[in-house]
Amino acid sequence: MNKTSYENLTRGIFKENPIFVMLLGMCPTLGVTTTALNGMGMGLATLFVLLMSNCAISAVKHIIPEKIRIPCFILIAATFVTVADLLISAYFSTLHATLGIFIPLIVVNCLILGRAEAFASKNTVFQSALDAIGMGIGFTLALTLLGLIRETLGNGSAFGWKFVSEDAETMMMFIMPPGAFLALAGLIIIINQIRKDKK
Amino acid sequence: MKKTTSLSKMVIVLCGLSICSALLLGMVYELTKEPIKKAKENKELEAIKEVVYQEFYNNPYAEKHKIFLGRKKGYVDLFPARDKNGKITSVAIKTYSNNGFGGRIELMVGFLVDGTINKYKVIEQKETPGLGTKITEKKFSHQFQGMHPERQIFKVKQDGGDVDAITAATISSRAVIDAIERGYKAYKKLSTGKSDE
Amino acid sequence: MSYFMIFISAIFVNNIVLAQFLGICPFLGVSKKISTAVGMGSAVCFVMVLSTIVTYLIYHNLLLPYNLTFMNTVVFILVIASLVQMVEIILKKTSPNLYQALGIFLPLITTNCTVLGVALLVIQKDYNLLNSVFYALANSLGFSLAIILFAGLRERLSFVNLPKAVQGAPIALITAGLLSMAFMGFSGIGN
Repeated sequence: MNKTSYENLTRGIFKENPIFVMLLGMCPTLGVTTTALNGMGMGLATLFVLLMSNCAISAVKHIIPEKIRIPCFILIAATFVTVADLLISAYFSTLHATLGIFIPLIVVNCLILGRAEAFASKNTVFQSALDAIGMGIGFTLALTLLGLIRETLGNGSAFGWKFVSEDAETMMMFIMPPGAFLALAGLIIIINQIRKDKK
Repeated sequence: MKKTTSLSKMVIVLCGLSICSALLLGMVYELTKEPIKKAKENKELEAIKEVVYQEFYNNPYAEKHKIFLGRKKGYVDLFPARDKNGKITSVAIKTYSNNGFGGRIELMVGFLVDGTINKYKVIEQKETPGLGTKITEKKFSHQFQGMHPERQIFKVKQDGGDVDAITAATISSRAVIDAIERGYKAYKKLSTGKSDE
Repeated sequence: MSYFMIFISAIFVNNIVLAQFLGICPFLGVSKKISTAVGMGSAVCFVMVLSTIVTYLIYHNLLLPYNLTFMNTVVFILVIASLVQMVEIILKKTSPNLYQALGIFLPLITTNCTVLGVALLVIQKDYNLLNSVFYALANSLGFSLAIILFAGLRERLSFVNLPKAVQGAPIALITAGLLSMAFMGFSGIGN
């Protein structure tokens, strides 16, 4: 693998992490990360859609007229979102129930359109796939991490495994809406600090 | 590359893409139709097994019976469980409440023939994890076993009833009661309606 | 449910931004000034009500009878995207003043998930047309209220001297968290 391919693959994971650095796709980030598993499920669904739509868009980029490229991108993304929606409800019906409305909303996740516009419409299919995988992994990691923090603090469990007793008082606030904002703020502060120290 | 694209080209590209998209979706839909139906059925059958009083020897799913609750109020599904001789030992009713904290809650409730509650199992819920989701835990659901919606005051203690609500999740607790009561009413309507015939 | 309850519930109790987490991107993105927040809010009101009516009609007259409900995400987003484009063109021709006020926000609305979210939610909740219109209106007002309040807070915050790591997104998120906490005070009303 040459240097650009490697660069395209790893960029999304830390350096340009879609959530912590670029702040794309905030709605599912805050909405579904009540547990680590939910976050991971959402991340993987988004990874799938991003990968498919990035590949498809870069494959057809030459025949799409400049003027109508946005509607075309949206159409392609929406198609794969529906595919993901059907597959999840067929094989992971419990996850489908918890993610609920956030699955169709992957369409309007700025991450998908953002990568289509900024990367897939200018690069080859292979490079776009690498970019999608990197960004998707970065997104999934961020969602899982945020979910894990909220689950640990708010529910006293990690990946569904409860490590405090049933009656223990936990910091409920973290699984309620305000906790989502505060936990993400805390994470971004830490990451900003790490990035600053590196420089 | 040409600066201006003709209208006809734009129309053709967009139409072509739409057709591809529709074809792909139609295909995936056909492929997943069966698994989706099966997943749903399995989930319900598992729930039926868990809530009925005795092991059953029939296929409750095949004897599914819809009970309509009056105009625009929706319906609940009833699944009878029979013993070896074909006698109904208990029924499972798939009921719902729209008053959950996160919207609709679906429960499978097992009733003995006289209407006493056996057990319930949550099929679908979107309650707050760690709070409202406690409706799925034994600690809360256990108290319903042996209760009868008409013999007990079927409300949470805060409303002057006999049911212990989950701390900080009274709304979810009320929703469970609402769903069970809906199922009970449907069952009563069916059983009394039948004796009239 | 009465219309009044739909309003109270959508604006305060289950605020679309602060409790349901829809439309976070514009909420964080265009809330640096009250004036832009007002513009965004009104553009959302306009588009959300319109698109909910159109998608509702399409769903009940086209998708449901032909058993195509699995296509609703694709159809809805295309309808919303073209509707936004059309509104932009019509406004430009008929009312230049309004276009100037709302124009720059319109392209951003296609990717605002509140619009698609509400269109999908009214289908999920099985509302009738009138209820859907009220629900859309209430939610867009809820969105406007949240974004305007938030912009007001951020205008003040911009004068505060903060550590470098906290500037920008983190402080905005903390403010949003506190606002969301304040809105939690309404929970329980109407249930």
